[in-house]
Amino acid sequence: MSLELKDVSVGPKGGKPLFAPISLQVAAGEVGTLMGPSGIGKSTLLDAIGGHLAHGFVVSGAVRLNGRDVLAQPAEARRIGVLFQDALLFPHLSVGDNLAFGLARSVRGAARMQAVDEALEQAGLAGFAGRDPATLSGGQRARAALMRALLAEPEALLLDEPFSRLDAELRADIRSFVFAHLRSRGIPGLMVTHDASDAEAAGGTVVQL
Amino acid sequence: MKGDGRALRAVVAVVLLGGVVLPIVAGFAQTARAAFGVLPAIGAVEWSFAPWMQLMHLPGFGTSLRLSLVTGVGSTVLALALAFGFCALMHGRVQPAAMGRLLTPFLAAPHAALAIGLAFMLAPSGWIARMVSPVLTGWVRPPDLATVNDGWGVALIVGLLIKEVPFLLLVIGSALGQLPVRQHLAAGRALGYGRGVVWVKVIMPQVYPMIRLPVFIVLAFALSVVDMAIILGPSNPPTLAVAIVRWFSAPDIALILPASAAALLQAGIVAAAVGAWIMAERLVKRWGRWWLRRGGRGHRAGPGLWAASVVVAGLMLLGGLALISLLVWSFAWRWSFPQALPQSWSLKGWMSPGVGWGRALQASLGIGVATTVASLLLAVAWLEGEDRARRTRAGWAQALIYLPLLVPQIGFLYGLNVLFLRIGISGGMLAVIWAQMLFVFPYVMIALSDPWRAMDCQHVRAAAALGAGPWRRLFSVKLPMLVRPLMVAAAIGFSVSVAQYLPTLFMGAGRIATLTTEAVTLASGSDRRVVGVYAVLQAGLPFLAYGAALLVPALVYRNRRGLLGAAE
Repeated sequence: MSLELKDVSVGPKGGKPLFAPISLQVAAGEVGTLMGPSGIGKSTLLDAIGGHLAHGFVVSGAVRLNGRDVLAQPAEARRIGVLFQDALLFPHLSVGDNLAFGLARSVRGAARMQAVDEALEQAGLAGFAGRDPATLSGGQRARAALMRALLAEPEALLLDEPFSRLDAELRADIRSFVFAHLRSRGIPGLMVTHDASDAEAAGGTVVQL
Repeated sequence: MKGDGRALRAVVAVVLLGGVVLPIVAGFAQTARAAFGVLPAIGAVEWSFAPWMQLMHLPGFGTSLRLSLVTGVGSTVLALALAFGFCALMHGRVQPAAMGRLLTPFLAAPHAALAIGLAFMLAPSGWIARMVSPVLTGWVRPPDLATVNDGWGVALIVGLLIKEVPFLLLVIGSALGQLPVRQHLAAGRALGYGRGVVWVKVIMPQVYPMIRLPVFIVLAFALSVVDMAIILGPSNPPTLAVAIVRWFSAPDIALILPASAAALLQAGIVAAAVGAWIMAERLVKRWGRWWLRRGGRGHRAGPGLWAASVVVAGLMLLGGLALISLLVWSFAWRWSFPQALPQSWSLKGWMSPGVGWGRALQASLGIGVATTVASLLLAVAWLEGEDRARRTRAGWAQALIYLPLLVPQIGFLYGLNVLFLRIGISGGMLAVIWAQMLFVFPYVMIALSDPWRAMDCQHVRAAAALGAGPWRRLFSVKLPMLVRPLMVAAAIGFSVSVAQYLPTLFMGAGRIATLTTEAVTLASGSDRRVVGVYAVLQAGLPFLAYGAALLVPALVYRNRRGLLGAAE
């Protein structure tokens, strides 16, 4: 599996692109990093790859995921997960239901509960299924959000500064937790960050925008 | 990706154009034809200015016109000044949530019920006279004073103020929430300006542009209000809008033509008043700039603000007592002047056969639920269509929402009814529901738009990244997260529907009696106990709706702090 960007650029419709075209290949289990000053369009690039681009913006170039051209597909069909800066657990659902939200519909009945319970256990959140997401700590929320993303079985994961809200100790902890999961499942990751230590920990290609 | 939601948006556009814009335009066209002499239904086929000439010579026309202008413009100017004064004094001293609780009863209470309660308070034999008699006044029988239906329209202005000031307080409050008021106050006072003057010179000029449209709505409404003016306003001659309704429903059908001319004139008056208001804005702006540049620190603005606040508090007290008086009268039996409370209580007002509130309640409920559900569906479809197109609302679309609130109802409802007669739905439930939706939908849409946009779209993206398609995103993420604003929008829509008078009267063709039409009809001269029963029910329905809007989300999400907290 691999995520491949070829001459990708983003900009306002009819306007100048935000940055020079980017080409990058991230192999299975690796994490590529995009770095650059604020406002250059790093998050916009992730939006373009994930299919969340705001109206009035256009993307050029090609994004291939396992050989599939994803730019023509709607966000929900791309199989590209996203970890946001905030964990973004749905406030109206319990922690367990949040995780189950990502689960494919083909997983039915008791198997759904089981998959959720297993994921919670891997995240050190065993027994949290019935909890209100608002009662979780920052680290717990980040781990639950990763598990929710992974249960959707994404073919790639985008990380939009997902660690920036965590304090230093927790940051290293969650970071290695996320990277280990990507590595063991062979999912290519693409991360946007301001923090050089994030890029170092990711260990993959670093692109400066 | 481009085609996303195109079908949905097309459906919404067709429904809105056909269901909202077309009836208003066609209704106006029909009214205009009749105003210039053409209404084949009554045998008038020749274009002429005769209806206008006839209108000029109708008894009381000039007085009616003057009364409409004085009460409409006067109440709007007063309401705006009072609301600003009250906000200047109370902002930062009253929690927004507490303010919301204080305002809700006044926003929810229908105009007719409030007007009836106010008449119970202010009348020579009303509660106020009873409370101070005979100890302070020496009255042992009701004095011969015109305190309600007075020739100057004072009672009507008071009634309008009780409804309009809370509405303006609400919109000013939400505008203030978007401004750095504390910092600006601190900056202004650090430069030596008095608190009140910082409000007038710094905060108000920032707030006013944000509440301009609601002010126009208040102005248009006050100029053309019918139900409240029937109950509280001068009766002979009445305000123009009431006079038009009388002419339309007079036994002499020849009056329909001058009535149509007057209905068109009513629309012109609203347009002219808004135009004049905009001119006045410019003058005030120019004068205000000159005044600002002089740099007066004005430490003596305090008393004015206090006076405004005292008046607002007095209005709210009066309004609150008016609503309570409805309840007291509906359970009163013997209550002779000048007793402060009934000498004996009874359920007879509620129980006597022939009072017949059951059917009116049923009609109000049925029409209210139908219009609310339909409006809510349309609003959600519209907002979801915008989301899928990933675009913000165009200016013309925003104007379309406000259109039915800015044009006077009387201007097009009679003409619309002529068309409904022709397609054979006049006098039926469908006609009433349709006509009410013209006014319910805008409020539902306005109430829902801001919370919908404020919803964290990242959550929706997160759902898409998890493989949820557009319909699943709508039904399992957006709508559940928006339960609270959806319920509030429904409560507002239902209240607006229950309060509708003119659409029910005209489209129902006298065959459909709701609590509102019955209450207004009974208000003049019927047994106060029976009027009290109808008014209590009319005011009670919106209160129940608002109660449910608070209770349902609190129950559904009792274990979801993220949603309960976010709503505060």
